[in-house]
Amino acid sequence: MSDVLAVVEHRRGSLRDVSFELVTAGADLVGDTGGDLHLAVIGGDVDAFAEELSLAGVDAIHTVAEGDEFNHDVYVQAVAALSEELDPTYVLMGNTVNGLDYAPAVAERLDRPLVTDAIGLQNDGGLVVTREMYASKVESTVEVDADRAAVTVRPGEWDAAEEPGEPAVEAFSFDLDESRVRSRVTGFEEVGSGDVDITDADVLVSVGRGIEEEENIELVQELADALGATLSSSRPIVDNGWLPKDRQVGQSGKVVTPKFYIAIGISGAVQHVAGMKGAENIVAINTDPDAPIFDIADYGIVGDLFEVVPELIEQFE
Amino acid sequence: MKVLVTVKEVAEVEEDFELDGLRVADQYLDYDLNEWDEYAVEEAVQIAEESDDDVEVVAVTIGPERSEETIRMALAKGVDRAVRVWDDALDGVDLLDVGAKTRLLSAVVEEEDPDLVLTGVQANDDSFGATGVSLASAIDFEWAAVVNALDLDADGGVANVRRELEGGVEELTEVDLPAVLTIQTGINEPRYASLRGIRQAQSKEIKPLALSDLGLDAAAVESDLVLTDVYEPETESDATYFEGDAGEQAADLATVLREKGVGAQ
Ligand SMILES: Cc1cc2nc3c(=O)[nH]c(=O)nc-3n(C[C@H](O)[C@H](O)[C@H](O)COP(=O)(O)OP(=O)(O)OC[C@H]3O[C@@H](n4cnc5c(N)ncnc54)[C@H](O)[C@@H]3O)c2cc1C
Repeated sequence: MSDVLAVVEHRRGSLRDVSFELVTAGADLVGDTGGDLHLAVIGGDVDAFAEELSLAGVDAIHTVAEGDEFNHDVYVQAVAALSEELDPTYVLMGNTVNGLDYAPAVAERLDRPLVTDAIGLQNDGGLVVTREMYASKVESTVEVDADRAAVTVRPGEWDAAEEPGEPAVEAFSFDLDESRVRSRVTGFEEVGSGDVDITDADVLVSVGRGIEEEENIELVQELADALGATLSSSRPIVDNGWLPKDRQVGQSGKVVTPKFYIAIGISGAVQHVAGMKGAENIVAINTDPDAPIFDIADYGIVGDLFEVVPELIEQFE
Repeated sequence: MKVLVTVKEVAEVEEDFELDGLRVADQYLDYDLNEWDEYAVEEAVQIAEESDDDVEVVAVTIGPERSEETIRMALAKGVDRAVRVWDDALDGVDLLDVGAKTRLLSAVVEEEDPDLVLTGVQANDDSFGATGVSLASAIDFEWAAVVNALDLDADGGVANVRRELEGGVEELTEVDLPAVLTIQTGINEPRYASLRGIRQAQSKEIKPLALSDLGLDAAAVESDLVLTDVYEPETESDATYFEGDAGEQAADLATVLREKGVGAQ
């Protein structure tokens, strides 16, 4: 028997997709050995969230009415208090930006080993977690040699739970130690809405670090022009200041769903793929035949962009 | 004021590689300073440069002697001195988990007593993305993760940060000092090391510390995580590949694009 406590996420009034994926991951885990799946919903309109989360496989939902939005100091205290009460074998959290901001502190406070960014979970006698290393070039399995653990799961790896169920909903209260709330969220801002909206484009020509120099962006722009496409990019291009932030595709950039996404010199890091995997057709041009981008591509060219792109421009001139 | 920056030499795997047991065979690894740490180093150096007070920037790494070469790059960019933690007990460890890193770095914080700790958001080899926040919790500092803008008000005792959330949304947060901030790429433009900087770095101190120097023993690096398998992921690719030279590949791709109405106008 092993109980699981999964901590859901919401932002600005809506549950985030990862919350429903956590339900599936948690239900799988308790399914392996028996045990209960508990959810924690902290902050915001907890009752409405609990209703939405009343899904098959969930045994109990614990609502913690504390604040409107995520505050890591509150989350850490709430999850620690709830864990102390329920003593779950596994605490599951999302490997999201907010997950990065509180999960390690939860694990540290509870003195549990932490495994982050899980893409697979197995529980037969002990917990075995599948994760990636070396920018997705290598996969590994990690066995947790402890009775209890904290795990964060990668968004998008588990199906979202949908089937309704009838879990018990209980309000959970604890003594919030205000002296340990030492950060204050003061607002949110949307970044960069310039003159180009890459989410609107039918065809995106997207450039990554393989382009090497700022001057070379011109070459990819020429291709975009020849195709009547819009230019977008992976993150390093924006970090270098070579293109504005509103051209960035990915987890922290824009989510795009064009008919064609042509990835040029982009490796296909998870955070990039999160923004473009919904494209109808994905073309990858990359010198490295093992680049993860080819795993999701429909069409692949293993080759040097500095040779392929000029030829491609010629085809359309 | 003292700023401690955690830095890590990470291994990058070459295009073609072979595995040797639970590791990538050495000859297929290239070593470099972790991308996210470069931005953390730059931020620390800029804090020192922009402050009227004396600010010392100290880098700390957990790594074997080889990693000193990489750490010198941080020194060449303006870090004042470095501390390198290593011990025979670490030699055979396949996977140093977050808890172990936290114990080692906590001991260094105790020695150094910094006012601010900067780390990279994640290390690009093991990708745990957890050490900074775990450390903050262990040493009872406040923290913020995935910081892409920092306005430090040392006198006021707060750091005003932007945290980069998903989907192009940023969170504005005030964090009480002392704090640990995990730094996201794009927060600044890391400088290149100047020749002068590289020369100066040669004479800067990289102090090696063993576990016993930190008042720790081998138990500190015992990990609850056991690496049981390492393999190349099965390729899930069902992509249609275009073969031939660049001209042929481009022509075939062009045919597909045209068929599907791209570039038709
Ligand atoms: C919290 C967080 C959020 C993030 N958000 C995003 C995001 O929104 N978007 C994003 O993109 N990233 C994001 N990242 C960064 C992400 O992890 C990767 O670092 C980034 O996507 C890598 O970009 P890249 O593929 O352009 O560069 P690299 O990974 O360096 O890949 C370059 C590729 O170019 C190929 N190449 C080199 N030369 C040539 C050539 N001559 N011809 C053809 N191919 C060549 C190489 O084989 C390689 O595959 C985020 C990271 C974190 C931690």
